[in-house]
Amino acid sequence: MLRSMGFRLVSAALKEGRVTPTELCQRCLSLIKSTSFLNAYVTVAEETALKQAEESEKRYRRGQPLGVLDGIPIAVKDNFNTAGIETTCASNMLKGYISPYNATVVQKLLDQGAVLLGKTNLDEFAMGSGSTDGIFGPVRNPWSYSRQYKEKTPPKSSSENEESDWVITGGSSGGSAAAVSSFTCFVALGSDTGGSTRNPAAHCGVVGLKPTYGLISRHGLIPLVNSMDVPGILTRCVDDAAVVLGSLAGHDPKDATTIQDTFKPFELPNLIDVRKLCIGIPKEYHAPGLSSEILALWSKAADLFKDAGAKVIEVSLPHTRYSIVCYHVLCTAEVASNMARFDGLEYGHRADMNKSTESMYAATRREGFNDVVRGRILSGNYFLLKQNYENYFIKAQKVRRLIANDFVKVFGSGVDILLTPTTLSDAVPYMEFIKEDNRTRSAQDDILTQAANMAGLPAISIPTALSKRGLPVGLQFIGHSFQEKQLLTVAKWFEKQVKFPMIQLEEVKRHDCSVFQHQKSVSFL
Amino acid sequence: RAAPHPAPGEGGEGRAYGWLRASTLRSGNAVHPPFASPATAALASWVPVVGLEIHVQISSNSKLFSGSQVQFAAPPNSLVSFFDASLPGTLPVLNRRCVEAAVMTGLALNCSINKKSLFDRKHYFYADLPAGYQITQQRVPIAVNGSLSYSLCIDNKMSQMVTKTVRIKQIQLEQDSGKSLHDDARSQTLVDLNRAGVGLMEVVTEPDMCCGEEAAAAVRELQLILQTLGSSQAIMAEGQLRVDANVSVHHPGEPYGVRTEVKNINSVRFLAKAVDYEIQRQIEELENGGTILNETRSFDSKLGCTIPMRDKEGKQDYRFMPEPNLPPLILYDAKSLPVNMNHQQVVNIDWIRERLPDLPSVKRAKLVELYGILPEHSFTLLNEDGLAEYFENVIKQTQMKPKKVIGWILNDLLSYLKQHALTVKDSPVSSFLLADLLNLLERREISSSAAKQVLEELWKGEGKTPLKIVKEKKLELIQDQKELEQICQSVIDRQEDEVIMMVLGRNQKVLNKLIGLVQRATRGRSNPVLVKQILEKKLSE
Repeated sequence: MLRSMGFRLVSAALKEGRVTPTELCQRCLSLIKSTSFLNAYVTVAEETALKQAEESEKRYRRGQPLGVLDGIPIAVKDNFNTAGIETTCASNMLKGYISPYNATVVQKLLDQGAVLLGKTNLDEFAMGSGSTDGIFGPVRNPWSYSRQYKEKTPPKSSSENEESDWVITGGSSGGSAAAVSSFTCFVALGSDTGGSTRNPAAHCGVVGLKPTYGLISRHGLIPLVNSMDVPGILTRCVDDAAVVLGSLAGHDPKDATTIQDTFKPFELPNLIDVRKLCIGIPKEYHAPGLSSEILALWSKAADLFKDAGAKVIEVSLPHTRYSIVCYHVLCTAEVASNMARFDGLEYGHRADMNKSTESMYAATRREGFNDVVRGRILSGNYFLLKQNYENYFIKAQKVRRLIANDFVKVFGSGVDILLTPTTLSDAVPYMEFIKEDNRTRSAQDDILTQAANMAGLPAISIPTALSKRGLPVGLQFIGHSFQEKQLLTVAKWFEKQVKFPMIQLEEVKRHDCSVFQHQKSVSFL
Repeated sequence: RAAPHPAPGEGGEGRAYGWLRASTLRSGNAVHPPFASPATAALASWVPVVGLEIHVQISSNSKLFSGSQVQFAAPPNSLVSFFDASLPGTLPVLNRRCVEAAVMTGLALNCSINKKSLFDRKHYFYADLPAGYQITQQRVPIAVNGSLSYSLCIDNKMSQMVTKTVRIKQIQLEQDSGKSLHDDARSQTLVDLNRAGVGLMEVVTEPDMCCGEEAAAAVRELQLILQTLGSSQAIMAEGQLRVDANVSVHHPGEPYGVRTEVKNINSVRFLAKAVDYEIQRQIEELENGGTILNETRSFDSKLGCTIPMRDKEGKQDYRFMPEPNLPPLILYDAKSLPVNMNHQQVVNIDWIRERLPDLPSVKRAKLVELYGILPEHSFTLLNEDGLAEYFENVIKQTQMKPKKVIGWILNDLLSYLKQHALTVKDSPVSSFLLADLLNLLERREISSSAAKQVLEELWKGEGKTPLKIVKEKKLELIQDQKELEQICQSVIDRQEDEVIMMVLGRNQKVLNKLIGLVQRATRGRSNPVLVKQILEKKLSE
């Protein structure tokens, strides 16, 4: 119960003294250890976490907690700057890099008493859709080890092969999704540029929210594509996502692209009437490669709304099919630009090469970046060349505008929320996934999520059901700009209807017994 | 931008170019090559074309996109924010003061101000450019289509001034780079990021000038305008104003020639030299059958010539891209200003326009009109920082006519300051003291030669008033007619020859000599008019 209901119940338990922040922190830390084979965390900040928990405990003892987030263990994707804790982007370029400052979102969570357990794994510089392409190795999907998956997907042959059956988390925020999914933390921050929060959330059976561009500060998020990056929120339930959003949203003087208007945090109602809603089903999201299973779930979800009295209509977003190629140009161009700063002079990796400044740059960047990053830098620079700029970059920007206009038209026609699948299929086994290269994978996997980034719209992936293989499937809701309250309200209603099952992890069970057996009073465990 | 190291042994040395005189250059804007044969001379006249790119450091407490302080000659890397060092995840936040300075400058240069301008990234790898790109305004700059009027004198005669105009193509806001220091001995490069991210205005002119003197006069006028506005201190020696000159030559009626860009010019004087040198070099190159390369050249002030710079492997592609972290820069005017907008957060063009100070050209005209001084004197007054104010303060406190005061200001004060390399602000004699002194002169309490003696004392800055010095040194005019007559008599007695000549021919020269002698005898304490009267009277007796 405690786990599936999110942190608000835990907050109450903390307030009532039934559990202390330190106990909670210690439990999470030892869970991180016992699930370390997932490779979800790249840095565990045990010492500072315990210190933060201790501070939180003092506040609770004084009866002055900072709010519902006080004492709540969180994890942060390793492309957010954290003062004093290594920030690597899973790249050799930043291995050992300790930032002198906190990203605004990290600072805001800490200011509200959250306990930062550590930094989570990702694809190098968030470039990928599997969380398989970082220097720390791939993240394993906790569901690979669930009773649900094991029962439905028996090992192919020998026990040797069992090792190769584990499935990917999706990405690039796979570490954060796995961390929330495996109960090692209650909230994790991810980033979402083309779907990097929603994709792994769908594969790991957690809620993944990508807020409207400009609602949350990007200051301190190491950029992939500045014009599309948004800090993402991964939680166990929609209510949690709303609370975290409320604590992060709003203008940041350090990020000129954040909105000027003040953001009013909101609570989601428990009784939700969807009868006045108009749900749009964009036909273009019936994309090639969409699994029949997901298609079926999608229409079932649409029926759910219809049956509850909502208006459900098919809509068209005709330019969606150009979004992959358009994204490729815009993304690589910004990547080429953003990565220029990694030259080995001010920080990060520096090659042992003294022949000339230029040769030092070259060696540093060759050693520091993986093939994926280097490939994107190369193509991005190609698109930005004077002779190519008009034909590629400008054209891609125009296409982006068309994609965004598609949404404007649909929303202008009275549609409140769009309902789509988040991914084409459930998570594939790692051995399967790496048969294709990163570029092909990213193009396939971002196809249903990317357009929301192009248009800057808020979108959320909600765990909906388990596939035949016993793996989570998520559906996506896309809302109007800055209408997160409406989006989350609908998502919460949907979450309530689908009753997504809880992951049954052996490691967690065993763990619970050892740590909490004396805690008889914790009745909700 | 090009590498700071000129390649040794390339170009320059071994050639002796004759200096062109600026006056030659101006004759009909065409230049005749010094060694042209009579047959080709008519065909081969050249028209030089000069355009400037001027980088102006904005006078602001903090940098263009970060809160770091701006300060010249601070300890290396002491004024570097996380953003300036391009730490990952940092974002630019536009400094309002820099925007206002650019709008002010744009208005002063008669530009149209773009209500919406954009920022772009310009990419190149360089040690003192930590982000690997410079944020600038390539597509839509903040101000466009302006003009700058400047005056220069013909044939070095201050009395013959002409006014010319150069069109301003655009003014763009951009970041300054850091500084690299190359230690060749230890083969290392040291980087100072204090300057990295300081706000610059790049003022780009159209190629409307034709010689070094014009370029120099235009830049000098721009410098004065910037200083008047306070948008930049514009001190070239401190790098607050840096000029790159684009120079080409062509035959009249033909298209412009291939241009070169001359960099590393760090004074107005060197600008004139560099441009004229480059024009002459190009003409000679072409006359000798050579071609001009589209290259960057560096001015060597010691050798007085331009030298090709080692270009970084051919032409650079800067891969311009919109800066995604900065929304468009929106400016308002009285009409478009939103009612409920926080005024602290908007820049209102009209508000700035209404508060523009008098520009140098207007100030000069006012000085000429108010005080009846010569136009060329108004130029001199404005050329020195604070001199016009000093002059006006003296006028306010003295009964002496401005036309007379200007002589004291320009001949005595200014030459003293120049000699001692002092600024007007640092003058040991305040406008109050000088006015005091000039009042003694005006009231005929002392002679002008005595006044000069008093001034000599005043320069010492010992805090004595002019009157006290007059008293101490006994410099008052001899008011006693008899005493003066006696002195005159004794001079006459001692100068028999002269007196005879005087009596014979009424020679003015001789009279002056006698007056001088009386002055000497009285140590400047005699009123020359009175002395003259006495002498004339005595000699005609």
